[in-house]
Amino acid sequence: MIPAIELNHVSKVYSNGTVALHNMNLAIQDAEFVSLVGPSGCGKSTVLRIIAGLGQMNSGSIDWGVCDRKLAFVFQEAALMPWATVQDNVHLPLKLAGTSKKYADVLVQQAIQRVGLSGFERSYPRELSGGMKMRVSIARALVTKPNVLLMDEPFGALDEITRSKLNRDVLDLWSQHRWTVVFVTHNIYEAVYLSNRVIVMAARPGRVVADIAIDAPYPRNEEFRTSLLYNEYCREVSQCLMATMNEQPLLHIVGNDYSPSPQI
Amino acid sequence: MTILRRRKSSQVSNDTTQRVSIDIVAPIIVGILVLVAWEVFVRMTNLPPYLLPGPLLVLQTLITDWNELFASLLVTFQITVVAFVAAAVSGLLISILFTQSKWIEKSLFPYAVILQTTPIVAIAPLIIIWLKNNTFAALVVCAWIVAFFPIVSNTTLGLNSVDRNLVNLFQLYKASRWQTLVHLRLPSAMPYFLGGLRISGGLALIGAVVAEFVAGTGGARSGIAYRILISSYNLQIPRMFAALLLTTGLGVVIFVGLTVLSDWILGKWHESAVKHEN
Ligand SMILES: Nc1ncnc2c1ncn2[C@@H]1O[C@H](COP(=O)(O)OP(=O)(O)OP(=O)(O)O)[C@@H](O)[C@H]1O
Ligand SMILES: [Mg+2]
Repeated sequence: MIPAIELNHVSKVYSNGTVALHNMNLAIQDAEFVSLVGPSGCGKSTVLRIIAGLGQMNSGSIDWGVCDRKLAFVFQEAALMPWATVQDNVHLPLKLAGTSKKYADVLVQQAIQRVGLSGFERSYPRELSGGMKMRVSIARALVTKPNVLLMDEPFGALDEITRSKLNRDVLDLWSQHRWTVVFVTHNIYEAVYLSNRVIVMAARPGRVVADIAIDAPYPRNEEFRTSLLYNEYCREVSQCLMATMNEQPLLHIVGNDYSPSPQI
Repeated sequence: MTILRRRKSSQVSNDTTQRVSIDIVAPIIVGILVLVAWEVFVRMTNLPPYLLPGPLLVLQTLITDWNELFASLLVTFQITVVAFVAAAVSGLLISILFTQSKWIEKSLFPYAVILQTTPIVAIAPLIIIWLKNNTFAALVVCAWIVAFFPIVSNTTLGLNSVDRNLVNLFQLYKASRWQTLVHLRLPSAMPYFLGGLRISGGLALIGAVVAEFVAGTGGARSGIAYRILISSYNLQIPRMFAALLLTTGLGVVIFVGLTVLSDWILGKWHESAVKHEN
């Protein structure tokens, strides 16, 4: 089977010399839900941005197996237009695509309702809390009915209840529409609960250190959250993560030619 | 119960009226004190009016010469408005041009700076000679040169300080250059543009006044600066003060008007215009 998204030997060095990604390989299947976890600064956002075609990579390539791909991106910060109301913010992708106003209004309404912000359509971002802004940003991503959804810590700022409600919503949507989802999170439990696969990354340079398939059937419910299997997966991911956190920054990676620029 | 509530509400309204009134009353008291001291000083020392007229005399002159002075003020106001609108439109268009390519910006921006740093008094005579058939146009050009730069530099800054994530978002949804300009860059630049307008409004008036001074044109359509100039030649110092008062008043009106406009446009969303609640 051809992967939906395949990163081949992708490297990314920012102009200030930071090696954000080094020789990263990752294949994501169609309709797969993949989570990226890893310590702060390990390059998770960079991976998403490269998949989205924002910013060039220094070497490597991305192969796409999705025909007629429609991307949506939930940024780590809400990134709302401060001069526009909630509904205008959510309406933006449709406006840029030239969707008819009448049809767009229905979609916008649905998306706002899905993230539980009905009644705030005419509010401005400055009148919303951090978590509400994030939900507007999620609504904006959902409104175009994408087939590839890239989410960068979308639920980081939310309380536990809203978070698990949105987790369930995302899973519902995902199983309905068979989107391909790449999901960045700091929350191991969330990653295990949601994903087909959890990718653990390490920092400096950013790379994949573990690829853990979560073999549990969907739909997953609260029962899964209390199951032994779930706990074991969480422990496994957590151990991988600990291992990457404790190790010293790698200077030489066996089997390739990476050597960092000397520290001044 | 009702008594309690009533007392409470009257207390609240007292507080707010107090705060508003202090903003207005305090400067007025200071103004009146200064004027009274000035009048008393002039009377006590018996200063002749051609050295320093008292405020009452100035007011009297303003009333008797009102028709002439106000007509002149309108002429200057007209020059200011035309120059200001020209500066706003050209400034906006040029900043948009600047943001279309780094090359254009890099090669033209220094000349905008040069235009700004050249003293207007020095080049006004040239412009007046070049446009000697149309004094009005010459004066407008002078005022425009002074008013134009703050708008260009502010708006260019605004057009370039767009939230990176929003730029990426527009890129992701394959927005055209035009869409990005209209829906992203211009709204982001709006507070900067309006800030530029507020500076330029006053500068356009100053530019117009300076140019009128240099041009020294008389006749039926002479501006307020010409009145100031002639009054000082003729030692009609009270009249000069009256004209000066009108000019300053116009400057204040322009500034207040632009501030109100800016607050109204930014109204709901920008930090500078919204009421803060913590
Ligand atoms: N625009 C940039 N210019 C220079 N360096 C950058 C830039 N963006 C990110 N980096 C660097 O690249 C590395 C990876 O950054 P990235 O934002 O991908 O991390 P992350 O895994 O998303 O971290 P977090 O979990 O904290 O969001 C970091 O070390 C960071 O310093
Ligand atoms: Mg990140």
